[in-house]
Order: sequence, then structure tokens, then C-alpha cells
Amino acid sequence: METLIDIGLLIFLIIIAVAVVRSRDLFTAAMLFAIYSLLSAALFTVLDAGDVALTEAAVGAGISTILVLALLALVPRQEAPPTRSNWPALAIVVITGAVLIYATADFPEFGRADNPIQTHVAPYYINETYNDMGVPNIVAAVLASYRSIDTLGEGFVILTAGLAVYSLLATRRRRPQRRKESRE
Amino acid sequence: MRENGILRIVARFLIPLIMLFALYIQFHGEYSPGGGFQAGVVFAAAWILFVLIYGLDAALDVIPERAMYVLMLVGVMLYCAVGIAGVLMGGHFLEYTPLLDDPKAAQQFGIITVEFGIGITVATVVMLIFTLFVRRRELLTDSEEQG
Repeated sequence: METLIDIGLLIFLIIIAVAVVRSRDLFTAAMLFAIYSLLSAALFTVLDAGDVALTEAAVGAGISTILVLALLALVPRQEAPPTRSNWPALAIVVITGAVLIYATADFPEFGRADNPIQTHVAPYYINETYNDMGVPNIVAAVLASYRSIDTLGEGFVILTAGLAVYSLLATRRRRPQRRKESRE
Repeated sequence: MRENGILRIVARFLIPLIMLFALYIQFHGEYSPGGGFQAGVVFAAAWILFVLIYGLDAALDVIPERAMYVLMLVGVMLYCAVGIAGVLMGGHFLEYTPLLDDPKAAQQFGIITVEFGIGITVATVVMLIFTLFVRRRELLTDSEEQG
């Protein structure tokens, strides 16, 4: 049953990815991207990755879409038609994709007990998190305590993003009498 | 969208619920999925819904732009302050155990505080970015009207 859900979601993902590329209407593309994120969130939920699913749904499907729509209010709605076919780009994409698919043959078998991901630090986190800090959610413990400096860095990334957008978009405050006019 | 009655009523009902859910994600993050990033984003989403229904001026009366600039720095500084407090009380940077007597309670205190800092920063940065976009849009409309 879970396999069927996985296959169904992945097929939807492919359909929507193609639809995003084919759509010339940027508004449609933005909404399709939101659906794409929502489907990814559903896939993460099937994989029992609650934190990632929540992030994907809130950030990917929610805020990214809102910010893209806010941006679309400033720019033309239609994508400019392509002037000519770009064959070198297609060749690079096809070759890279083929190489990546070829590389998956070297992956360890999915879900085996002696895979590196099961034998590195994961067992320590799973066994000791509750003893160390009494926090049942291992993800929260890893993010905020074991690897806290990483999260601090992420906080600074967000702050930098805010400052960058401010320096690009900030406008001089509008004069008060103009504001009254626009309110009427 | 100010004149649409259904939207106004639904939003008036939904905005507090979304904000409450954001706080739940924030402070229940160490028991269930969630944390500062998601909570901040959800909280900002509720505020953006408020902007869409009631307009930017009304929303900036609730949370002024100046408060956003201050709060987005306060969030990161709160995170750093917890780290430095660990150093001052005889541990490493961002080590929470020296903060309180009981090591588990100290860890939980540290986790909740730094996640709260992240939540403040994320929420205010998203609000600020949206505000700046709306300002640009207003500027564009003004210049179109004038000429």
C-alpha cells in the first residue's frame, strides 16, 4: 500500500514538474510549484519525516509561494518566449542526468542495517538523546543542541536574506499627505 | 479585498487560529515535529493574511516596521546570548549544561530559548520582505497613475 502511495505521489511530481516547465504563465507556474512542494511534503510524511514535511509545507508551499506571488505583482505575468532552441544546454542536462542515474547503481541497498547512515552517529542520537536531555524529538535535539552552531549559522543566513532584500527594495518613506490621499 | 464580507469573516476567524498553531509549533517543538523555523514562517503567514485582508497600513499599526528591524536582530542576538552565557558559566560556546543545575532541564531551557530566537528572526524577516514587496508595488501603482 505504501509503495502504491509512493508511486502515485512520484508520478504526480513528474507531471507537475513537466507542467511547470511548459507553462508560459508565471502565475500558473508559481501555483504549480506550491502543489509540487505540497506533494513533496506528503512524500516526507510517508517516510515518517514529520519535521521535514512540516518545513516543506510551511516554507516551500506556503511562504515561498506568497513571496513569488508578491514578486509577480511587480513584473509582467507572461514569461518571455524563447528566441531559439538551446541545444548545448539540453545536451548538458541529458548527460548530467544520465550520469546521476548511472551513479545510483553504486548506492548501498535501500534500508540495509549496515549502511553508513545507520552506523555513523545516528545510533548515538537514537540511543542517548533522551538520556542526555529528556527531549523526545531527536530532530529538535540535534538541531538545537548537538549541532547548535549550524542552526545559529542558519539564523544568520535568514537575517542576511532580510538585510539583502532590504538593501535591494527599500524605498524612501512616502510623505504623509500622499498616504492620506491613498487611504481615501 | 477589504470589501469582501466572506473573506473578512473567515480571515477574522482564521488569523488567531493560525497564530495559535504557530505558537504550538514553536513551544511544543521538542515533543512533536516543529521548531523555530516552521513556527516563524506560520506566524508570518498569519500576518500576511492580515495584510491581504485589511491592508498594509493597518498591519503596520500592529507590528511597526521599526519593530521588525529590531526584532530580527533580537532573535539572533538571543541565540548568541545563550551561547555566550554558556561560556561565562564555565562551558563551551552553546553548551547548555552549565546554565542550570539539572543538566536535562538546562538542555531543555537552552533548546527552547534558541528556538524562540530563531522563530522571532524568521517571522520578522519574512514579514519585512513582504512589507518591502508591497511598498514597491504601491510605488509602481503611484508612478503608473501619475504618468
